[in-house]
Amino acid sequence: MNQTPQTGLEAPKMTARDIEVFYGQKQAINGVSIDIDMENVTAFIGPSGCGKSTFLRTLNRMNDTIPSARVKGTIMLDGEDIYSSAMDVVQLRARVGMVFQKPNPFPKSIYDNIAYGPRIHGLATDKPELDQIVEKSLQRAGLWNEVKDRLTESGTALSGGQQQRLCIARAIAVDPEVILMDEPCSALDPIATAKIEELIHELRGKYAIVIVTHNMQQAARVSQRTAFFHLGNMVEYGETSEMFTNPQEEKTRDYITGRYG
Amino acid sequence: MSEAVSDTIGGSGTLYATKTDWKSDAMRKRVRKRYAAETRFRFLGLAAIVISCAFLLFLLGVMVGNGAKGFSRTELALPVDLAAISGNAKPEDFASKSGKAALASLELRQAVESAIADEYGEAGRKIFGRSVWTEVRSAIISNPDIINSKTVIWVSASSPLDRLNKGDDVPELAAQYKKLQANETIRTVFNVPFLTKSDGVDPALVGIWGALKGSLMTMLVTLMLAFPVGVLAAVYLEEYAPRNRWTDLIEVSINNLAAVPSIIFGLLGLVIFLNWMALPRSSALVGGLTLALMTMPVIVIAGRNAVKAVPPSIREAALGIGASKVQVIFHHVLPLAIPGIMTGTIIGMARALGETAPLLMIGMRAFTATPPGDLSDPSTVLPVQIFLWSDEVNRGFVEKTSAAIIILLIFLLTMNALAIYLRNRFETRW
Repeated sequence: MNQTPQTGLEAPKMTARDIEVFYGQKQAINGVSIDIDMENVTAFIGPSGCGKSTFLRTLNRMNDTIPSARVKGTIMLDGEDIYSSAMDVVQLRARVGMVFQKPNPFPKSIYDNIAYGPRIHGLATDKPELDQIVEKSLQRAGLWNEVKDRLTESGTALSGGQQQRLCIARAIAVDPEVILMDEPCSALDPIATAKIEELIHELRGKYAIVIVTHNMQQAARVSQRTAFFHLGNMVEYGETSEMFTNPQEEKTRDYITGRYG
Repeated sequence: MSEAVSDTIGGSGTLYATKTDWKSDAMRKRVRKRYAAETRFRFLGLAAIVISCAFLLFLLGVMVGNGAKGFSRTELALPVDLAAISGNAKPEDFASKSGKAALASLELRQAVESAIADEYGEAGRKIFGRSVWTEVRSAIISNPDIINSKTVIWVSASSPLDRLNKGDDVPELAAQYKKLQANETIRTVFNVPFLTKSDGVDPALVGIWGALKGSLMTMLVTLMLAFPVGVLAAVYLEEYAPRNRWTDLIEVSINNLAAVPSIIFGLLGLVIFLNWMALPRSSALVGGLTLALMTMPVIVIAGRNAVKAVPPSIREAALGIGASKVQVIFHHVLPLAIPGIMTGTIIGMARALGETAPLLMIGMRAFTATPPGDLSDPSTVLPVQIFLWSDEVNRGFVEKTSAAIIILLIFLLTMNALAIYLRNRFETRW
């Protein structure tokens, strides 16, 4: 597979070069290179099992938690190699936040869900400051008005869409630079999905956002740049509008027109 | 196209040669059979529950019926002329701890024995307990003012008379008993000494406190050791240990350990704690250590299952915002796993509390007439005490055995109730 590194972006936040991921003997990603920046929301699309989630999880080293997983290649965050020994993985995951497929709030109060991250990283010096962080995070996630009167209630008592926005607020609360979203809407109804998509629009520019989705319409709606993955390869990467109207690769065209997927 | 489709699902028309008759006799019979099977199953299930309840009620009924007698005691009135022996001593002399020494010089024992002889003659020996004079001594120490008077002190009856009073048939004392009742010099009271004293030779005077305290101390040692070690092992195996042959071997070994007969743990304790480490024999410390060996695998297994049951999404959530592994475990995994861990701990501790065999191996069957002062003192525990008393020839121990069983059951239920209360407090509502 002949791939050219995507260096078209002026100020990339993260750059991945020749990433290969192995689960034991099986290779899941075959040399992917990509740039991600603050200005654009980047969508990863592709059929099930194509490696888009696996690749996403290399960006904050969540694959480290799987004993058999190995990653080759380099990923830079602001010019720092995130797989070097100088990089602290705990800080990395605060800087590169993640939102998961299934909303997974802690079985704690709404307040504690948000405050947990700032607490463990020592980001707030006193209670009023922490209160402010919680309020601002919830506001940014568009959840404040819905939950401001019941911050002591359990986060698990919220609806699915609210839980997912709570998880986004939780990621925002530790002041990340990048937010990775792994199919954040696949467990939600259309109205909750619309709210999340709206939220992604609002967060654009404040954070570098990468979203994995198997819903092509969603990719078209929320992203400015799209990467198409197939069988562990990145087939095509470019402007979303360009990709959906005039794909360069035949495989991309087949996928977008619904030949497989 | 439509032809092809109907071909693939078996063609048009019915699948069977004749139309199915849902009302035919064969069908009715089948339905009846099904209903009968259901009724039969329900009946059997209900019967199983009734049988187990009956067994339980029978057990409790017998225990309470026999044991209730153990909680009462028979006392006799004994008039003693203390003024005759005291020689106008001051009551203050006997008030404090030195009272025992002061009383020793008064030849109290002879005085009490002659008082019994005066009052009841030769038969007195048979109806009074063996160490009545020590009860008189205690009475004086607790109330020194009686020292210069002739006073009536209630003291314990002999074991045979006690049994007669509680309904047993003791022919040789029947006449005496009638006389005592007529004179109203006999009474039945709540057996306070049973709860405050220890093992002894006279069943009318034995108590359970020594064994109860021994059990408490042994359980404390067991809990202090088995709980932290068990939980740490469980968390390490689940969260940190790599999956390989060694951890598989450890897992199999732990599962097998939980099923090892308890007496083998007793032998292990005997070899390690007594022979090698030369820890004090019969002590609550060694008992607790031995039972901890036995309880640990149970806690490890329950702990692993509880840790395993915590949803992985919670771990990911915490890792995803930059919690370290230790923070994930202590802030999220353990709080969610603790109810399950506690359930396992309750089961393990309940088993340890009722364990007799391993403690016999390490010498806890010794006769201990004083409650243990600290962990290294010789002591016994409730189940061993029950075992020892059930072995006694003296008929008076029968009711004491049952009474001790009631105490053991109360101890067990209290422990479980406490643990359930704690578990519910810690339980996270989803």
